[in-house]
Amino acid sequence: MSAFPRHIFRQGLMASAPFTLMIVPFGALFGVLATAQGMTVTEAMAFSIVVIAGASQFAALQLMQEGAPILIIILTATAVNLRMAMYSVALTPHLGRASLWQRILVSYFLIDQSYVLGAAEFDRRPEWGLAEKLAFYFGVITPICGLWYLATWVGASFGRALPAGWPLDFIVPVSFLAMVSPLLQTRAQRVAAAVSAGGTLLLWWMPYSSGLLVAALAAMIAGAVVETQEERRHAG
Amino acid sequence: MPVEAIADKGQLWTIILGLGLGTYLLRFSFLGLIGNRSLPPVVLRMLRYTPMAVIPGLVAPAAVWPAATGGETDPARLIAVVVTVLVGIRTRNTLWAMVAGAVTLGLGLWALG
Repeated sequence: MSAFPRHIFRQGLMASAPFTLMIVPFGALFGVLATAQGMTVTEAMAFSIVVIAGASQFAALQLMQEGAPILIIILTATAVNLRMAMYSVALTPHLGRASLWQRILVSYFLIDQSYVLGAAEFDRRPEWGLAEKLAFYFGVITPICGLWYLATWVGASFGRALPAGWPLDFIVPVSFLAMVSPLLQTRAQRVAAAVSAGGTLLLWWMPYSSGLLVAALAAMIAGAVVETQEERRHAG
Repeated sequence: MPVEAIADKGQLWTIILGLGLGTYLLRFSFLGLIGNRSLPPVVLRMLRYTPMAVIPGLVAPAAVWPAATGGETDPARLIAVVVTVLVGIRTRNTLWAMVAGAVTLGLGLWALG
């Protein structure tokens, strides 16, 4: 094994800088909301350390607040993270030959930012070997995940200082929409979002909030179908 | 308002560990277990849509029938939702969307509430 390519680790640190801006408010917000709903600081931290996936943590909070059954909470919040299987597929050609413990660590830190930055940079640098790719990857996740834990702790520890009477119940929906709406740029993405929202409202009569899972599946199919149609139209 | 699944520590830790394990398995799936075999392209294509397939559905009932108003549709919350989405699509920036939504919600609750 060659020496750890430190300059490439630093490139990863630099690449992650713009993303750290977003991690801090969201991590802090998670900490604030988790303790406002009755979690201890330790429990909020456990959430951020064990799950380490912001959107699904907010999803779990929202569903707990609505009193959904445990199994539905776990399934729905996990469904928010289904995209990580796709990230795992995408990084396998680059990092699949790393040792088992390295892959165990890479998997733990596989988040939106490490996938997006990693996949883009690895494609641009065909000359990089495994050591360089791993160095870049860990450069990206060090500040992002470190700040995620730290921000959760700050929010959970000092959130009670916030004035009472803020519409905290609605901060979660607004944050969610703020996370997802920048992704709605193509017609297929917008169709998927519309099927998801409309479908869940139409299926709200289904027991245990299970309508959301059905609507989500329909929305994924709708997105894939529209994308396929548009490709055909462009090709033809 | 006490949240039952948080007050009951057994339930809370089941959720934390269950969600953590499920999410970890998704991350580890190909890197760790399946190796260089890939998924069928149609499945990959569907997986790309998970954020927009799950999150709008998660938000929609809370937006239309918020618990804080006893399930009654609230114009201030609906307007905040619309503003957040439009600013997010337009600026492609989560923070701007978040700020716009929060400010709209604050103003709306003050003006209409």
